[in-house]
Amino acid sequence: MSGTITKVSGPLVVAEGLADANVSDVVRVGSQRLIGEILNMTGDTASIQVYEETSGLGPGAAVETTGMPLSVELGPGMLDNIYDGIQRPLPEMRALTGDCITRGTDVKALNRQKKWDFVPVAKVGDKLAPGDVLGTVQETTAILHKIMVPYGVKGEVTFLAGGLHTVDEVVAAIRDEKGKTHELTMIQRWPVRIARPYTRKYVPSRPMNSGQRIIDTLFPIAKGGTAAVPGPFGSGKTVVQHQLAKWSDVDIVIYIGCGERGNEMTDVLMEFPELKDPRNGEPLMKRTVLIANTSDMPVAAREASIYTGITIAEYFRDMGYDVAVLADSTSRWAEALREMSGRLEEMPGEEGYPAYLASRLAQFYERAGVVECLGSDDRQGSVTAIGAVSPPGGDISEPVAQATMRIVKVFWALDSSLAYARHFPAINWLTSYSLYLDTLTPWYTKQFGEGYMRNRAKAMQILQEENELQEIVRLVGQDALSPADRLTMETAKSIREDFLQQNAFVDEDAYSSYLKQYKLMDLVLRFDTLCRDALQKGADMEKLFTIPSRERVGRAKMADAKVFETEFAEIEAQMKREIEEVIAGGEDE
Amino acid sequence: MIKEYKTIREIASPLMIVEHVEGVTYDELGEIELPSGQKRRCKVLEVEGDRAVVQLFESAQGINLAESKVRFLGHPQQLAVSEDMLGRVFNGMGEPIDGGPAILADAHKDINGLPMNPAARAYPAEFIQTGVSTIDGLNTLVRGQKLPIFSGSGLPHAALAAQIARQARVLGDNETFAVVFAAIGITFEESEFFINDFRRTGAIDRTVVFSNLANDPAVERIATPRVALTAAEYLAFEKDMQVLVILTDITNYAEALREVSAAKKEVPGRRGYPGYLYTDLATLYERAGRRQGKKGSITMIPILTMPEDDKTHPIPDLTGYITEGQIILSRDLHRKGIVPPVDVLPSLSRLKDKGIGVGKTREDHAGTMNQLFAAYSRGKDAKELMTILGEAALSEDDKLFAKFADEFERRYVSQGNSTNRSIQETLDLGWELLKILPRRELKRIKPEMIEKYLPKEE
Repeated sequence: MSGTITKVSGPLVVAEGLADANVSDVVRVGSQRLIGEILNMTGDTASIQVYEETSGLGPGAAVETTGMPLSVELGPGMLDNIYDGIQRPLPEMRALTGDCITRGTDVKALNRQKKWDFVPVAKVGDKLAPGDVLGTVQETTAILHKIMVPYGVKGEVTFLAGGLHTVDEVVAAIRDEKGKTHELTMIQRWPVRIARPYTRKYVPSRPMNSGQRIIDTLFPIAKGGTAAVPGPFGSGKTVVQHQLAKWSDVDIVIYIGCGERGNEMTDVLMEFPELKDPRNGEPLMKRTVLIANTSDMPVAAREASIYTGITIAEYFRDMGYDVAVLADSTSRWAEALREMSGRLEEMPGEEGYPAYLASRLAQFYERAGVVECLGSDDRQGSVTAIGAVSPPGGDISEPVAQATMRIVKVFWALDSSLAYARHFPAINWLTSYSLYLDTLTPWYTKQFGEGYMRNRAKAMQILQEENELQEIVRLVGQDALSPADRLTMETAKSIREDFLQQNAFVDEDAYSSYLKQYKLMDLVLRFDTLCRDALQKGADMEKLFTIPSRERVGRAKMADAKVFETEFAEIEAQMKREIEEVIAGGEDE
Repeated sequence: MIKEYKTIREIASPLMIVEHVEGVTYDELGEIELPSGQKRRCKVLEVEGDRAVVQLFESAQGINLAESKVRFLGHPQQLAVSEDMLGRVFNGMGEPIDGGPAILADAHKDINGLPMNPAARAYPAEFIQTGVSTIDGLNTLVRGQKLPIFSGSGLPHAALAAQIARQARVLGDNETFAVVFAAIGITFEESEFFINDFRRTGAIDRTVVFSNLANDPAVERIATPRVALTAAEYLAFEKDMQVLVILTDITNYAEALREVSAAKKEVPGRRGYPGYLYTDLATLYERAGRRQGKKGSITMIPILTMPEDDKTHPIPDLTGYITEGQIILSRDLHRKGIVPPVDVLPSLSRLKDKGIGVGKTREDHAGTMNQLFAAYSRGKDAKELMTILGEAALSEDDKLFAKFADEFERRYVSQGNSTNRSIQETLDLGWELLKILPRRELKRIKPEMIEKYLPKEE
């Protein structure tokens, strides 16, 4: 089925003679066979968004429909790889076309030459339904890839072929009730704009350990939850996203660089193979899929990139894995939506964004969750979705930030004034929130006793009080405060500097285990308890605030993961001793 | 066979509609011939059926609908490139205006370039010593980075940019360098300031100048940075040169873009700028960088003036989201006579962490950098408090921090436009200033570094 172009305006192409095409079909445009997708149809005229630069395209050129919606190929070979927004592998494109991305390049998402060792799990004669595991492939040293019966296929296994196979060789066959035999390869195809099916969904109840103290202790996120990281430029959104990609205790990470800097993707590409997963010692790249549609790459493919990413995430979820999707940045995705909407001459909503912005965002985040996967073994998987938001001027009253806030449950608000003072991560503890606190509290209590959440509540209270006291200090000066209030200010400073600040570029500090976080917070708050007691006994305030062990508290977070417990205990003992000396000194006078 | 059309239907500068066209494609370059024989350039923005919407690069003055002829050239706008461009001056479209001969082209390049494959990029990590302490010490520039200067009307951004161009070098390296300078809608005087500075230092022979001055056609400015970057890409990735690109002023560029967008009656985004301003700026800025297996690099310093010194204005805002940091100039510091008036706290270099430390600058660099930032921030807060409540209201520590902030501005930031400090001098100066503070407050630096580098009391 082939049509003819009548209009070209940037990435929007209008073509006639496409009566047989469906909305959302992928089409090939012009002699270079550029990849596009049908957005609208009027009669036999289709509006097409083209995923590549349309320079040199004019009326009269041919448009051919593939009859298929925009889909991804799912199978072994995705991990440790980097794709563009429509799942073309970038290293292979480079080998084919050089350092720059030329147009019309047709590369298969999964390598067709590489042979994988397929180990059957099912047996010939088994009755299988969609989602049941046929066999496994050790995709990388870190991840066992499960080859599942695709959606819509059900029946008896008539053929299974273990051993080395390429992804497009038949490895199994299933005969359905009508007697039709389905030959199965290791590839599944799935349209990106449709969520993959599951048996049922659950409310998230386990936290995702990120190793970041302000996140895990103050504003935790659940596995299967949703979070947004809004912030002006320079506030460290990308570093937060990178930290989550590195240290989160999930099985698979899908990192979507959506309309962001090219060098940031290069950074991930260079760094991740070097970094080791703190839990199993495997290189982090072995569990990571990168989707890179940088800001200079075509804008329409940017729109597709987050769907490509989340569909791949759902596929790994269906194997029973915990998956994290990090999208940096959803604002650039929304801008791509706005640009296409403008070219379609749609009636704009707020700030030129299309009226369907909020519903599209909601659809994306709703694909996160904890689910019982299809298949008979009741396995559970989860997709956690974390999106960066880049509001213009850092003002979160704009449409993308507002629409996101209505959906997500965790909000890590980045603050430029913290970033200027080089307080990183620059997550503001007063404006951020996590709605998972209640559902996660039982987990924390079960693991560490009630102390963990009690400490959290106390720390939050001190930080809140500090905020109020600061108002007073700004008006009348520090001397007007009572010793108890001065202590609150000192403790708050210690919480901020000694606990919340975390240096992503120092090995000892980049990742904190739950236990280290708990003990460190304990140490910081111990100072408060001991001093409050000492003040009552009439100890000298200035002397309390300058005891030498406080310098050691300041360096406590740098303690090695193996020895921190003894180190913290020593510091605490020294602190106790010094405070007692101050009390005794006060009585002498 | 190139056809000539005499079917111009409408001109509403900078747009023109040509009818009954055949085989015209999107983004194609066109040429208008006036009855007088004069030729002007244009490009295709949209084609629908046999009707083309065309954008003029020059003024529409004197175009006669009936008599003027339009030819479409079958390719997007191209630039003839060759090594002979060094030392020459071109207009904003890439045509020589220094009276010299035309360039004997080594190749013709599409000025739009192609997006660089992220898998082909090499991560910028080579430290560039600019000799400016606030940049080297605190907001380190590396090869292949794009680091804009956010300035305001009347601030001395030109002096700083010229100082960087003059002093920048990579330690222990003697590769060939080149400067590509694009004047985008700036005044003759400002442009001459740069060119004279290049002349004075002898850099002019290694410089390519593209000049679109304030009185040149505004729409031509949309092509100027692209032409300049096409030349830079050629020199860097085909001739192995280390290229420094200075684009000034991006604000003028964005305004030209807005002019065309308004003429096309597009739905405007913030402040009337088109919704695709981010994407458009990104296609310029992202052309900086390094490529694996290539010796050359493009380091970019775009300059923009923030309207009303407002950092949240769309131009600086979107630029900040694309570039790898920013150097912000402060009017307050400028009034205080601090040269260069770099506002240290909101300035940032995102790539600094990979370009500093052992083997690149010095082991104590990262720690002292964070400590100087934190201390200056606290010192400024203390000074603010002092203006409200008087010095007596400050704690002893805060008094020291306030003193630190003053000394820091006076000695570290204010170095003048002709001082070229080595990175060792910059780091040592940092330590000297940190001596003002109580040692227990130096939490950001490892104790062994303090032991080794903090100047001892005599």
